[in-house]
Amino acid sequence: MKKLVFIVPLLLFAVLVFFLGRGLKLDPRELPSPLIDKPAPAFTLTRLDDAARTVKRDDMLGKVWLLNVWASWCVACREEHPALLAFSKTKSVPLVGLNYKDTRPEGLAWLQQLGDPYDMSIFDQNGRVGIDFGVYGVPETFVIDKRGVVRFKHVGPLTPELLKTKLEPILKDLNA
Amino acid sequence: MIPELGQVALLLALAVALIQGTLPLVGAARGRADWMALARPAAQTQFMLVAFAFIALMSCFVRNDFSLLYVASHSNSTLPLAYRIAGVWGGHEGSLLLWLLMLVVWMFAVAQRSRHLPAPVIARILAVMALISAGFLLFMLTTSNPFERLAEVPADGNDLNPLLQDPGMVVHPPMLYMGYVGFSVAFSFAVAALIGGQLDATWARWTRPWTTAAWCFLTVGIALGSLWAYYVLGWGGWWFWDPVENASFMPWLAGTALIHSLAVTEKRGAFKSWTVLLAIVAFSLSLLGTFLVRSGVLSSVHAFATDPRRGLFILAFLALVVGGSLTLYAWRAPKVGLGARFGLLSRETLLLTNNVLFVVAMLSVLLGTLYPLLLDALGLGKISVGPPYFDTVFLPLMAPVVFLVGIGPMARWKKAELPDLARRLRWAAVVAVVAALVAAWLAGGITFGATLGFLMSFWIVAAIGTDLWERLHGGGIAGIAARARLLPRAMIGMLLAHLGVAVFAFGVSMVRSYEVERDLRMAPGDTTKVAGFLFNFRGLRTLDGPNYDAVQALMEVTRDAKPVAVMRPEKRVYRVQRMPMTEAAIERSVARDIYVSLGEPVAGGAWIVRVYVKPFVDWIWSGCLLMAIGGALAATDRRYRARQPQAETVTGTAGAAA
Repeated sequence: MKKLVFIVPLLLFAVLVFFLGRGLKLDPRELPSPLIDKPAPAFTLTRLDDAARTVKRDDMLGKVWLLNVWASWCVACREEHPALLAFSKTKSVPLVGLNYKDTRPEGLAWLQQLGDPYDMSIFDQNGRVGIDFGVYGVPETFVIDKRGVVRFKHVGPLTPELLKTKLEPILKDLNA
Repeated sequence: MIPELGQVALLLALAVALIQGTLPLVGAARGRADWMALARPAAQTQFMLVAFAFIALMSCFVRNDFSLLYVASHSNSTLPLAYRIAGVWGGHEGSLLLWLLMLVVWMFAVAQRSRHLPAPVIARILAVMALISAGFLLFMLTTSNPFERLAEVPADGNDLNPLLQDPGMVVHPPMLYMGYVGFSVAFSFAVAALIGGQLDATWARWTRPWTTAAWCFLTVGIALGSLWAYYVLGWGGWWFWDPVENASFMPWLAGTALIHSLAVTEKRGAFKSWTVLLAIVAFSLSLLGTFLVRSGVLSSVHAFATDPRRGLFILAFLALVVGGSLTLYAWRAPKVGLGARFGLLSRETLLLTNNVLFVVAMLSVLLGTLYPLLLDALGLGKISVGPPYFDTVFLPLMAPVVFLVGIGPMARWKKAELPDLARRLRWAAVVAVVAALVAAWLAGGITFGATLGFLMSFWIVAAIGTDLWERLHGGGIAGIAARARLLPRAMIGMLLAHLGVAVFAFGVSMVRSYEVERDLRMAPGDTTKVAGFLFNFRGLRTLDGPNYDAVQALMEVTRDAKPVAVMRPEKRVYRVQRMPMTEAAIERSVARDIYVSLGEPVAGGAWIVRVYVKPFVDWIWSGCLLMAIGGALAATDRRYRARQPQAETVTGTAGAAA
């Protein structure tokens, strides 16, 4: 009986390894959004390229679309950019940019320099709409369905693999 | 050409490690002297091969060889030379190579300084170390090769992460790794002893100086990391309970328990199986720390690029090394027994209590660090555990430890008398209480937290004073001096390390209770008064650094119209990575730091400015340094330096040092 005490450290360690193994499959940066399966927050914003034209959430009803939060000051957005450019060539769904806490000239210059993957970008100068969407760090991407409900959210840059393995199946389901 | 040679050196090192990890072990089991004799030259060869690979990588950094993926991602031609050298360990692959280098340095040291050990013992120790190094070599070569070439050579590199471009970065990781990896020596000694079945006081004597040395490096490494966070991250804090900080703190707690437990095993032959377990646990926690940092299972400010293959490899390696050693422990340790008996109140009991408290503290840090992961793995949601948990759990555990620091060294081995201890320490207690109240009153108001902190600090100082007085008094100044010269070095080291705890506790109590922090909006020309100092924001200018652009503020600090300091905090933007960095300006002095850092620019040419006045904050790191110096003195006591067992007669005088 007394010998069993010496096995305790080994057993504790086995439990630890089990959890560490599970932990490997999880991404600590993948935060669940309270917005998932809730209607997207209502917004009325002007377009980045035209301060006279406004865009509302309800303009997008009836379409499955992507909202990508970006800014010219955001380094990770540069990293994400080629993946978005490639995605926009597929013309699968509208890609709307939410230009977050930026200035018009800087935002437009950025798009001119690196290429514009967006069907349009809307301009959220003070970040109000970003707050409503619970933006946690730029870039972020939301999938919104035909009824205006948020179905998926990703924090951090999109990669070609992520677009292929995660986003495209979701978009296919929603468009079906 | 050089990178390829480095690569070949690593492959050869792996081959040598595999031989060194197997043949001497088999030789020790079968009593074949020739196989056992392989261990030492193999260790020396491995050391030279890994050192060569390390120098090869460093030369690629120095020569700006951007054809290497690793150099191209972590360096830039405008990067100053010192940071190009430190860039070697600025990323995942190079950190691993540094880890490995430290391991072979320790292995080499063990091989050189172990002539007096019996052949089977040294063969087993070096074999165990070689198996660890083989695992890491395999890990590097399969998933994280620093010598990987790029097909297209870029014109320039991606630059070192600006956070790491700091003198602290040059020394912090090597120190920390020396400590981490140093516990592999105690681990290997323990595993070798379990295999050989010889766990006695000599085993503890061999292990002790190595463990204390590793502990010193770890102490300095953690303190440097904390100091670095204090002035580079610009938050003004010195400890954040970040998962990676915790990863280094857990082996420290286990190591601290281990060096105290080894003292008992050496002197009294007691707690043997417990000491062995601690030796295994201390190194296992170092490996766990490596896993947590390298696999990205936890999010942290230290986030390195992560790759699931790497995480899986380290986890498998961790399971093999720790699982294997704990299995060996479960099998062999029951035969070891606890050793000599001791009374309910004795120095043994006090040290055992110290051990239990340290282990509980270590487990509570482990739980706090892994709790978010556990919940996530069980699908119970994402949470983060922050400083409130750690502060709540940690302080009640450390208070009794500090109380014991005062009593332990004065209690007799085997059996102590409570009335006797109380009588000897009564004045120390009175002095500590009075001094704590006076200090709190002088510092700005008696509060419970501050007074408790000061009490801990002064209690240690008073107890050390009492202890020294008992040992030295009598015979006037000449008598005291004569006795002081006879004090064994290990004893002085212990007292100094304990004094370090007091200095540390004093600094922490001061900062926690009496620091003043202000976040202000200031435009050039504005003045503000914080903690009696008048801050005058004179203006801003732009600066060109070697690889960054900066805005520098000029802040004049006066007190009662007398100049105190001119401070120049900076906000830098590093050109390659476009990353903004805060360089705080710190005016240091013994009794307080004035800390000014620039936040964000706001409308009207004004800036958010952080102004902190932190009393006695440098005592926190000075305390750590004292602990490390104390450890270094204890580790170099002459009874360890004596190579031959004949010299053991001198330990009689050192006997009281634990």
